[in-house]
Amino acid sequence: MRGRRKLGRGVAVVGAGMSKFGMFSDKDSKYLFAEAFHEMLSTVDKGIDPKDIDALYLGNFTNDFFVHQGHWGPIISDLLGLTPKPATRTEGACASSALAFREGVFAIASGFYDVVLVGGVEEMSKRSTEEVTQGLAMAASPYEVKAGFTFPGVFGAMATAYFARYGASREHLMNVTIKSHNNARLNPKAQFNVSIRDIMNQRIEKAKNKGEPVPAWRDEKEFLRDPRANPVVAWPMHLYDCCPISDGASCVLLVAEKIAKDFTDNPLYVVGIGQGSGKGLHAKEDLTYFEATRYAAQEAYELSGLKPKDVQIAEVHDCFSIAEILHIEDLGFFKPGEGYKAVEEGLTRLDGSKPINTSGGLKCKGHPVGATGTGQLVEIWKQLRGEAGERQVPIKDLRVGATQSLGGTGGTCTLTILERR
Amino acid sequence: MEGRPFNDISYEQFLSEDKLMGSRCQKCGVLFVPPRSICIKCYGSEMEWVEMKGKGKLAAFTCIAIGPPFMIKEGYDRKHPYVCGVVGLEEGARVVARIEGVDGNKPETIKIGTPLEVEFLHSGEGENSTTFLAFRPS
Ligand SMILES: [Zn+2]
Repeated sequence: MRGRRKLGRGVAVVGAGMSKFGMFSDKDSKYLFAEAFHEMLSTVDKGIDPKDIDALYLGNFTNDFFVHQGHWGPIISDLLGLTPKPATRTEGACASSALAFREGVFAIASGFYDVVLVGGVEEMSKRSTEEVTQGLAMAASPYEVKAGFTFPGVFGAMATAYFARYGASREHLMNVTIKSHNNARLNPKAQFNVSIRDIMNQRIEKAKNKGEPVPAWRDEKEFLRDPRANPVVAWPMHLYDCCPISDGASCVLLVAEKIAKDFTDNPLYVVGIGQGSGKGLHAKEDLTYFEATRYAAQEAYELSGLKPKDVQIAEVHDCFSIAEILHIEDLGFFKPGEGYKAVEEGLTRLDGSKPINTSGGLKCKGHPVGATGTGQLVEIWKQLRGEAGERQVPIKDLRVGATQSLGGTGGTCTLTILERR
Repeated sequence: MEGRPFNDISYEQFLSEDKLMGSRCQKCGVLFVPPRSICIKCYGSEMEWVEMKGKGKLAAFTCIAIGPPFMIKEGYDRKHPYVCGVVGLEEGARVVARIEGVDGNKPETIKIGTPLEVEFLHSGEGENSTTFLAFRPS
């Protein structure tokens, strides 16, 4: 059933690119964005003259604080030779470039522009962990910050509420981590493109070479249970439940549907977009879901006329392992309290019925916050076009994919649904 | 007390006076903790201050090993994690607070639903003084 919202005219994605995500002492925001832009250009099948880009929307969250420069729209516009075309920065914490995408869609759907570049960039790793923690806390509720909560702490607390209600445990979160690493192992752009098994083998090898006692982990879960390998950050969130500090950039090219075939015979159409806003932890009506994600999902489903079961693959905002479980429930893929069971049964694996975070997710691909939203779209772009290489999902007639972003501790949430026709 | 604006500055002042205060809409009776100056149910702006009894139950918690600088300054670290939680007050509203009197190194001993009582942790002096809202098992 279609809702009351509609796009003035159709919008399509005709190109998508990202830099490698990671921690780079020698790469700055401009260099990273250039890398993403260059890859995006190479993905436009029939080519694009950058001079035809009408406007840029750019997501960024922390560069004011970390790089002491906040005015990134024109800097990137100049970098790409787009001036004097307009450039607008969007801020929605970790969902910043998901908002850039949305604004780009609106700008084209309104009829104002035909070709819009949307993307995001973040440069975080040159700061100390303390500074990054402090910077990211700018996106939390002030009450949480005062009480001593950190980001992993907020998600840890939600995990305890979820565990208590549904009988899940830390062991279930490990299934998410193991799956993310297995997927990222097949993603050369990922910050950690290694499986947990690879990491275990590396550690064992290292211990042997140094003549130290060799760890006796029998499987991945034993490794993850070992506090020396996987120390607590904010219980029950441990090191391997948390996304890393990352640098990176990503972008996608949006065009009006009527001209999409000028750029490629295989465009992806923007069929659903949704956005919601949420309250601080204390004011949430329930600690086991994100109201803003549910709202965004409803908006996107209504616009598209699609149902959760129609979404064949999704990239969701797994800043912490528990978040992936909450999101796949909030998006309606699984019933509340059933998400952790679905992960345990392997339904969300690459070869499962509903592959989630085939890129490795934020946990392993990396989370340069402003670049994450459009970075997720890059993965869906590859998957829906059958260009994901070794990690291509084996679903026949793969047509519909979605990306979900979450900013802060649930303050800004989005869902985007793309379709190949 | 009556004349104070219904905002976070007043809320913090009350905490420093060992009072956990909320605002109640005089028109529809909804309670907000921390206080709001505008009612989000009926959009009335006539509020009154209400003091909480300071009793509640633990709704969610986390034991934080890597904290922000101000908690590290208090002596918390990987070996000495502190506990933060969401507390459901007897009056119905929920607050986020530090949880004292529990062992952050033994999260399995901390139970959701545990009855708690308010405690006010005063820290610093003069302009740097602040009060942290805390609860401990009653
Ligand atoms: Zn009212």
